[in-house]
Amino acid sequence: MIRINCPFCGERDHSEFGYGGDASIEYPALDASMDEWHDAIFLRENICGMQSETWHHVSGCRMWLIVERDTMTHQIKSVRPAHDANAAVLADLAAGDQS
Amino acid sequence: MNRYSAWAVFKNGLTGQKNWTRQWRDPEPKKAYDIVIVGAGLHGLATAYYLAKNHGLRNIAVLEKGWLGGGNAGRNTTIVRSNYMMPGNRQFYEHSLKLWENLSHELNYNVMFSQRYHVSLLHSPAARDAAARRYNTMRLTGSDGELWDLATLKAEIPHLNYDNARFPIIGAAVQKRAGNARHDAVAWGYARGADSLGVDIIQNCEVRGVTRSDGEISALETSRGTIAAKKVGFAVAGNTSRLWQMAGLGRLPIETHKLQAFVSEPLKPLLDHVVVFGVGGAHFYISQSDKGGMVFGGDLDWYKSYAQRGNLPIVQDVAECATSIMPCLGRVRLLRHWSGVMDMSMDGSAFICKTPLQNLYLNAGWNYGGFKASPASGWYFADLIANDRPDPVIANLDLDRFRRGVNIDERGAGPDPKLHG
Repeated sequence: MIRINCPFCGERDHSEFGYGGDASIEYPALDASMDEWHDAIFLRENICGMQSETWHHVSGCRMWLIVERDTMTHQIKSVRPAHDANAAVLADLAAGDQS
Repeated sequence: MNRYSAWAVFKNGLTGQKNWTRQWRDPEPKKAYDIVIVGAGLHGLATAYYLAKNHGLRNIAVLEKGWLGGGNAGRNTTIVRSNYMMPGNRQFYEHSLKLWENLSHELNYNVMFSQRYHVSLLHSPAARDAAARRYNTMRLTGSDGELWDLATLKAEIPHLNYDNARFPIIGAAVQKRAGNARHDAVAWGYARGADSLGVDIIQNCEVRGVTRSDGEISALETSRGTIAAKKVGFAVAGNTSRLWQMAGLGRLPIETHKLQAFVSEPLKPLLDHVVVFGVGGAHFYISQSDKGGMVFGGDLDWYKSYAQRGNLPIVQDVAECATSIMPCLGRVRLLRHWSGVMDMSMDGSAFICKTPLQNLYLNAGWNYGGFKASPASGWYFADLIANDRPDPVIANLDLDRFRRGVNIDERGAGPDPKLHG
């Protein structure tokens, strides 16, 4: 079992998460050329080693996370929220609860 | 090559079994070859065999970083079938099945191909309609297929769980010419056949670098020295991207995922067929080996991985599938489980094609389906390398098909590699 340290929920089994995929893909503008879209949709670096990828805490807080994970050893280097704005709202709410 | 025959068994029996010769040589790599195939799995070995057999080429080497047949060739559930529907796939897998039917004779090696029926269980009218379309397409294109109603299925396989309230079984789609084979024998048979035609199979020879000049590969840097090649073929499913990047070619429409398989302790004869159970979130396929072990598998581990070891959630998933469809397996103990890394492609179909480098040819992207494909894969890949043009059957198995809007997506799952199981 891989253990993922969710910034919102704490450390959980990876079976609570849905796997997104390569987080390094940058999707082009909607009116970008077919070639740019082709590359973003269909081509992968497919790194053997440390890669940045998205996981969805689907059985937990339902937040998308960006995880740096080694695809050979499965070791996790870092976990952070995929959407900073959502994370900030949650942090504000948490702060509100405490006051 | 000493041919195997009843006479050879008899003669060697009388002479104390001392005169069997080794099945293939263990040659030192030469400095240069006309053709170098990287990867001595089923696809690489079959390619070398057909290059020599069908095209009369001789100065060929197959390089293998470990031992031959030690990758995915030894990590699968050995199912052979041709129930593919998409244009291209249909002809390709049918050709493969026809090669399987004669493979033991072709190789003078018993690959134990057993046409024991491939039985896909159906659980809803919609699934039956989809199967009717697929299996009728197969019948109209020179293959076999039939739909069984529940009574026929119960008579043939009485011990499935027919009281499953969640996923009631309503019948099955069956291909009778399908079945399974002995994976090691296929690797060894192709290796022995290729070797006898002069192919050098070089094990413990890892490719560590690719030397390019003028849009071509000039040599491969290996753990056993530099080997020059006029033509190079990659057949290293699971590690295709790594080799591709060694050649400086960038990205591919492939992700590497791992797939587990399992074998139980040996049992007395329990299951005569290959049975497939797939509905909702379940995905499960099972057969019984000649040694009696129940051989089965399920889904990918869902996350990208190059590690040849499986994770526990899938062990649980697969065990749940097993007991829900064959409750009699509930107390059977697991003997081993293993995991292979595979090229999952963007549409679930393979690549046998030319590449941006003039003398490099690619064989990759086999997803779940590499075992059954191996004879035809070797056949068409050899044809591509020898003639420097794709046969019409594999015309769309190129890297550029997505750009042309051609997705050969049997499952209709879209461009997400992990969904093409």
